[in-house]
Amino acid sequence: MTATAPARTTAGTPAGTAQVPAGAPRRRRKRQWLPYVLLLPVLVAELLIHIIPMLVGVGMSFLQLTQFYIRNWTGAPGAGLDNYRFVLQFDEASGKALLHSFWTTVVFTVVVLACSWGLAMLAAIWTQHAFRGRGLVRTAFLVPYALPVFASVITWSFMLQRDNGVVNHVLVDQLGVLDERPFWLIGGNSFWALIVVEVWRLWPFAFLALTAGMSSIPAEQYEAAAIDGAGVLRSVRWVTLPNLRSVNQVLLLVLFLWTFNEFTVPYTFFGKSAPEQADLISMHIYQNSFVTWNFGTGSAMSVLLLLFLLAVTAVYLLLTNRRRPVDA
Amino acid sequence: MELKRIRSAVALSVAAASLAACGGGGDEGSASGDDVTLTYWASNQGTSLENDMEVLQPQLDAFTEETGIEVDVEVVPWSDLLNRILAATASGEGPDVLNIGNTWSASLQATGALMPFDDAAMEEIGAADRFLAGSLSATGAEGQPPTAVPLYSLAYGLYYNKAAFAEAGITEPPATWEDVIADGQKLTTADRWGMSIEGGSVSENIHDVFVFAKQQGGDFFDSDGKPTFDTPENVAGIKQYVDLIQTDKIANPSNAEYSNGTEALADFASGKSAMVMWQAAAGSLEELGMDPADVGVVPIPAPAGAEDVSSIVAGINLAVFDNTDYKDEALQFVEFMTSTENQIALNKTYGSLPSVTDAYTDPAFQTEAVETFKSILDDRSVPMPAVAEESQFETLVGTAVKNMLAEAASGDEVTEDEISEQLAAAQQQLGG
Repeated sequence: MTATAPARTTAGTPAGTAQVPAGAPRRRRKRQWLPYVLLLPVLVAELLIHIIPMLVGVGMSFLQLTQFYIRNWTGAPGAGLDNYRFVLQFDEASGKALLHSFWTTVVFTVVVLACSWGLAMLAAIWTQHAFRGRGLVRTAFLVPYALPVFASVITWSFMLQRDNGVVNHVLVDQLGVLDERPFWLIGGNSFWALIVVEVWRLWPFAFLALTAGMSSIPAEQYEAAAIDGAGVLRSVRWVTLPNLRSVNQVLLLVLFLWTFNEFTVPYTFFGKSAPEQADLISMHIYQNSFVTWNFGTGSAMSVLLLLFLLAVTAVYLLLTNRRRPVDA
Repeated sequence: MELKRIRSAVALSVAAASLAACGGGGDEGSASGDDVTLTYWASNQGTSLENDMEVLQPQLDAFTEETGIEVDVEVVPWSDLLNRILAATASGEGPDVLNIGNTWSASLQATGALMPFDDAAMEEIGAADRFLAGSLSATGAEGQPPTAVPLYSLAYGLYYNKAAFAEAGITEPPATWEDVIADGQKLTTADRWGMSIEGGSVSENIHDVFVFAKQQGGDFFDSDGKPTFDTPENVAGIKQYVDLIQTDKIANPSNAEYSNGTEALADFASGKSAMVMWQAAAGSLEELGMDPADVGVVPIPAPAGAEDVSSIVAGINLAVFDNTDYKDEALQFVEFMTSTENQIALNKTYGSLPSVTDAYTDPAFQTEAVETFKSILDDRSVPMPAVAEESQFETLVGTAVKNMLAEAASGDEVTEDEISEQLAAAQQQLGG
């Protein structure tokens, strides 16, 4: 296992590249249209599946698209910036609710990211070096990721019921840690319950990515560190982490985007309306468009969310990419 | 991710619709022929979607035999039905005949997607006065032709456990809300609560508090259709509901997380609670293993001196999609489904009430429980507000009540001032 890693990373630069453009220039020119034709289906699909719906969504945010107009949505009167004004009036109930939902989501995302990544890092380091049963342990870690979301999240919500749930049964009846049966699906605890479920579902992916990243770190680096007298912590800090830099850069971004947009888990966990304390932004938007039939304001919120995520992503990539040459 | 998928689905269907519109008129040639096939979206009334198919198929076969019109039926689960209708409305590609929850009537009427039952259409399916007046009141905004006709009628009643009442030494079912509370407190013991409620369910919450507010003389919309959420009457109605957990303590605080629409009834069936406010539940209770001899039902009583309202007009309506190519055939089908014979057969199976008065001559509808529900529907029920914003209202206020129950269950006090604030906030979110 460890012996193959260096071979892979030191495999030389492609030697035969110079021979590729040997064909006659005329033949190449003739064929120039081919790549574009081959790309065409993808372009059309991309246009239909991503670009057009997104533009339609943006367009909808400038319309007064209530149930009076969904039948003939091209006839919906323009709303100008009214939808945006409505959702952003932070001194009124609607704006306050959006802001509350936004901050809830920010805290949720930060906690989930920290926990999932931390857990995944610990598990990946533990299983980095071969030991008996490592394959089994790794498989077990991946189980939450392999289970269907709906089935596993519904099971969590059964487990967390106040009267009949197994969690309270263990905490109150068997261990006696708590005297009162707490609520997990409503009230303040629901926020933390949702975090536990989300981390449980998300961390295996981080584990998978980090394990893959670690398997390509040359063993010599660890050996050299060991000779220099570095313990486990130091070799993690000075060998593992720097080598995982690019993996982490992508991993954290992807985890952030997924968590911030998370809909399936809270929707399955809470049903159509989440408790106030756990009102994540995508649920909030769903409530404001599909449930209350006000697609204009729902779209306006979606566009704002999109802009926010774009901004965060851009800043993140800018910062992390700028630092890379210094490190290397 | 789900949201994105829904959004692209909507956009795609919009795109598909415009494509279809471009090539329109291609496949409508045979509209006059005998081989008409109607698409029918049925709601889930039986114990499962398959059960619904089994119940409906013989009726549809009879219709085909009678008229030569084929019916292609699809049973749509409640969680999807409204979204499916909205998507069909946006794309113009939908079923020919469909079921709608009767509280959606005015909202859907506003979209213009459903064919109005004007006098001519009513004439074609019989006459408007065949239907129960109460149920017919929940078919759209006042002063406009109905957007649908009632198919299955339902009402809320107060179910009580006769054995538990006898054991607690109570001889009469409650006649006022004060009785409900007093009896409920007597019935509440270590392993039983006086009443169970589906406190996490937005729709159950809104139906209950709407009735309580009506008893106090409250209205959530004035006669011009303008929202008037934050009134002392509405606050009192909601307080009465929250107090079941908060002050009267006759409902288990855990009820605040009951949200899947079956838990409160299951508690009642298994004896964990002695009363429950529910729509036609006899069949489900028997299926849950409760002895029918123990089941009693009375109208939900109002507080002494309040208005005698005990239920919303609940039920399922039958509508014709306005874009259908087969309007006449669709109306024939509506007539068939609301015929006395079919009303008896279907409502008997589903445990709901017939929507046409003639059907009540059948012995199956002359039991004590059916008489109770019919009297509730006839005299003591109110339709949900017939305004276009009805479903927004249900969601906003129902969610607010859910959150207040959660608060009360966690031991925080829900004051009248807070209810009033929440109602004002809900009303602000309605506009926009």
